[in-house]
Amino acid sequence: MFCNTSKEISGLGHGMKRKEDARFLQGKGNYIDDIKLPGMLYMDIVRSPYAYAKIVNIDASKALAIPGVLAVITGRDLEKYKLHWMPTLMSDTQMVLPTDTVMYYAQEVCVVIATERYIAADGVAAVEVEYEPMKAVVDPFKALEKSAPVLRPDKGKTDNHIWHWEAGDRAATDKAFEKADVVVKEQMYIPRIHVASIETCGCVADFQPVGGQLTLYMTTQAPHAIRTVLALVAGHVGLSEERIRVISPDIGGGFGGKVPVYPGYVCAVAASVLIGKPVKWIEDRMENLQADSFARDYHITCELAATKEGRIQALRFKTIADHGYADAQAAPSKFPAGLFSICTGSYDFNTAFTEMDAVYTNKAPGGVAYRCSFRVTEAVHAIERMVDRLALEVGKDPAKLRMENFIKKDQFPYKSALGWEYDSGDYHTALKKAMDTIGYNKLRKEQAEKRKRGELMGIGISSFTEIVGAGPSRQFDILGIKMFDSAEIRVHPTGKAIARFGTKSQGQGHETTYAQIIAQELGIPAAHIEVEEGDTDTAPYGLGTYASRSTPVGGAAAAMAARKLRDKARKIAAYLLEVSEEDLEWEPGKFFVKGAPEKAKTIQEIVFAAYTNHPPGMEAGFEATHYYDPPNLTFPFGSYICVVDIDKETGEIKIRRFVAIDDCGNIINPMIVQGQVHGGLTQGLAPAMYEEFIYDDDGNLLNGSFMDYLVPTAVESPHWETGHTITPSPHHPIGAKGVGESPTVGAPPAIANAIVDALSHLGVTHMDIPITPQKVWKVLKEKGVVKAV
Amino acid sequence: MSTKKITVTVNGTSHSVEVEPRLLLVHFIRENLNLTGTHIGCDTSNCGACTVLLNGRSVKSCTVFAVQANGKNIKTIEGMAEGGALHPLQEGFKEEHGLQCGFCTPGMIMRCADLLERNPNPTEEEIRWGISGNLCRCTGYNNIVKAVQYAAKKMQEAEAVPA
Ligand code: FES
Ligand code: FES
Repeated sequence: MFCNTSKEISGLGHGMKRKEDARFLQGKGNYIDDIKLPGMLYMDIVRSPYAYAKIVNIDASKALAIPGVLAVITGRDLEKYKLHWMPTLMSDTQMVLPTDTVMYYAQEVCVVIATERYIAADGVAAVEVEYEPMKAVVDPFKALEKSAPVLRPDKGKTDNHIWHWEAGDRAATDKAFEKADVVVKEQMYIPRIHVASIETCGCVADFQPVGGQLTLYMTTQAPHAIRTVLALVAGHVGLSEERIRVISPDIGGGFGGKVPVYPGYVCAVAASVLIGKPVKWIEDRMENLQADSFARDYHITCELAATKEGRIQALRFKTIADHGYADAQAAPSKFPAGLFSICTGSYDFNTAFTEMDAVYTNKAPGGVAYRCSFRVTEAVHAIERMVDRLALEVGKDPAKLRMENFIKKDQFPYKSALGWEYDSGDYHTALKKAMDTIGYNKLRKEQAEKRKRGELMGIGISSFTEIVGAGPSRQFDILGIKMFDSAEIRVHPTGKAIARFGTKSQGQGHETTYAQIIAQELGIPAAHIEVEEGDTDTAPYGLGTYASRSTPVGGAAAAMAARKLRDKARKIAAYLLEVSEEDLEWEPGKFFVKGAPEKAKTIQEIVFAAYTNHPPGMEAGFEATHYYDPPNLTFPFGSYICVVDIDKETGEIKIRRFVAIDDCGNIINPMIVQGQVHGGLTQGLAPAMYEEFIYDDDGNLLNGSFMDYLVPTAVESPHWETGHTITPSPHHPIGAKGVGESPTVGAPPAIANAIVDALSHLGVTHMDIPITPQKVWKVLKEKGVVKAV
Repeated sequence: MSTKKITVTVNGTSHSVEVEPRLLLVHFIRENLNLTGTHIGCDTSNCGACTVLLNGRSVKSCTVFAVQANGKNIKTIEGMAEGGALHPLQEGFKEEHGLQCGFCTPGMIMRCADLLERNPNPTEEEIRWGISGNLCRCTGYNNIVKAVQYAAKKMQEAEAVPA
């Protein structure tokens, strides 16, 4: 691992303990619900018990009669200010509050404002809403049928089809499939799930009627983008961008779920503007699960074409994407299917074609990029499952088949069949390391012996390639704003610094890792660098933290800003030492004269001089800002291997071992990287075996609480074994790639492949996640392994 | 709504307050006492973010009414560090990187305090079952287990040293 600074400086490669921990460990974090302002009111929301219904009448009189209830705000009220609809990030529109029709179960119907939290809840219970239920459109395939009711005539639609997207060469791909020896095909569903961060969403909107300023404390991963969106959406009612301040306090987990603008936020702002007092809204867990943006929900028909030896030739994927009643994805504007076209994965394809159709249904709108760089999880699951499927078909070990089809180390930078330029990779080494760590060959032998005895054991591999760090401005924007990110560093006269960023940590440890990047570049100890994020009044503009973009973009901005300062430091050192700049050499923490190391100036001395004795003609002070526009995305990768034992009587699945080898390029803080991998793996385990939203035929969500939406506990979560290889990104200033999302993306297919592998000798070729004991038990019963009871 | 007077001792300080009978203990702690280290993560008693010690035993404070705590002793995360020194569990969570966003952490630590009180030297399996009423979405639990082991060791070493 690259590490050339002292422990005192703690630059790259040091497992520095986190700077942010002190406050979190002592109950001094400052999360949204901890914010209390004088005179603050509380908002609570009346939600729809129907997935699709006309609102006949809203009677708020009983609610308004409760002492302490101040107002009930409906869609009709917002309509007067043209605030009842809002744009989504994907050029669609969604309701803030409905005027006539509710479109999904748990949709916001109206809001109650009261002096206290409990009274607001009383008010919600007392509002009487009369509905006229209609037949909901739940299944996305049925939604596309001619007979289906058209859900969005307001968009000029005559059916429920939202958009079609495709990438690759259809004709060449069809031809390759016609000529192929072997074609494998599976229909798979990547279920609708939820980020379920332990902190829900909320805000405190504080509008000052006299000056017209709005301060919005909000659980957001992208405070600047929110400020601009607010100015664009509510400019006509007087909210102007210079008078809006968005503050994102400590965030209790985001994972993509705190990127969108939910109606609750807008209602709280509207209420504060109307009433002229601060208004707090904190959603409860059920609201969070039932109404906030979901993730995934792709139905994919997957096909691979190959030679009979298992050499992969072509890929053809066709997806139906269920978006609920509005396309409210959080994705870059030009990428309606996100970065799904990474679906050729780690393999060298001649040709590929993928297409997707997005559909409206009566479900909550979305979806978010849940710990995933925009639909990469879906793509990786599909390709990694299909590679195993192909191995089964041609009778080859899945590890061997992967090795034979991987893009080779010397092919990088590699242009994929669907148009991406992979920056760097070494897939063979990562898989080899994972196989050696887990003892792959021995496990295969054990499996063969167990099979003879009728015992069920499976080994699953996933060798994923991620695509993160959106992104280069020529392709990537959100509502037209390019997806750069920014850093501003101010070094004080005594050599201590504050650095501000346009990103926003939600637990990733930016206060530590950003400080380490700057420490690396400037030699100022990381302990002396304060990192601040999340306040639009102080931080430079940036698009925020999601899609693993903080290290690739924000981290790069930090390095570049620090390098500007180092250039200035060199000039000052040359002046102080009375030598020319070329005569100076840098080592972390000081400039010294070549050949005369005793003639040196430390960074602290240089910074002090910048304020006290700066060279004539040079600007005083020691500050720099950088807006980093990445030249390309980064392509982290890894190989994971999972071993499962299955009880053949009950279908119970036990993960015996799970080895994760990740390659995220150069590592900033190994302790934090490992922590990110552990957490992501448990979030990968979750959809693989436990989590899925289940709707009934009427569009009711049947498991919208923590009682029945099964977030893994420490008991379900196995003991993760981690390791890494290092293949630096050639285009990133410090060679880093980003890691937060790799495990969430890589784990589900490793687990699914292991379970299917355990059952493959029974003729099982595919199972949809989450693979539960019930599903396995049903298969075992079908195949006669479990005797009928 | 009628109120009832309760007296509770929180982190060593006694408070006498008029509360509504329906007030949840977690809201009493957060709103009335402004001790916001205790968090709320669900409405079904599943997440454990609200865990505090009630007469030394861990409870989910969203599942207890404030009036039920009348006459009792409560300890929250704010009361864990003593005399400027972190509790071994707090130290363990830091050293072993047992927290990320920090939202589950106070509840997790309070739960672990009770766990170690009952079982000073738990196995990994016992720790995992012991914290299975507390959800963490960030850490994948590996390092929480290590943090508890760190604290267990440290507390036992402290015990072993004769006073
Ligand atoms: S808030 Fe979730 S258990 Fe108390
Ligand atoms: S650290 Fe975020 S929920 Fe546990």
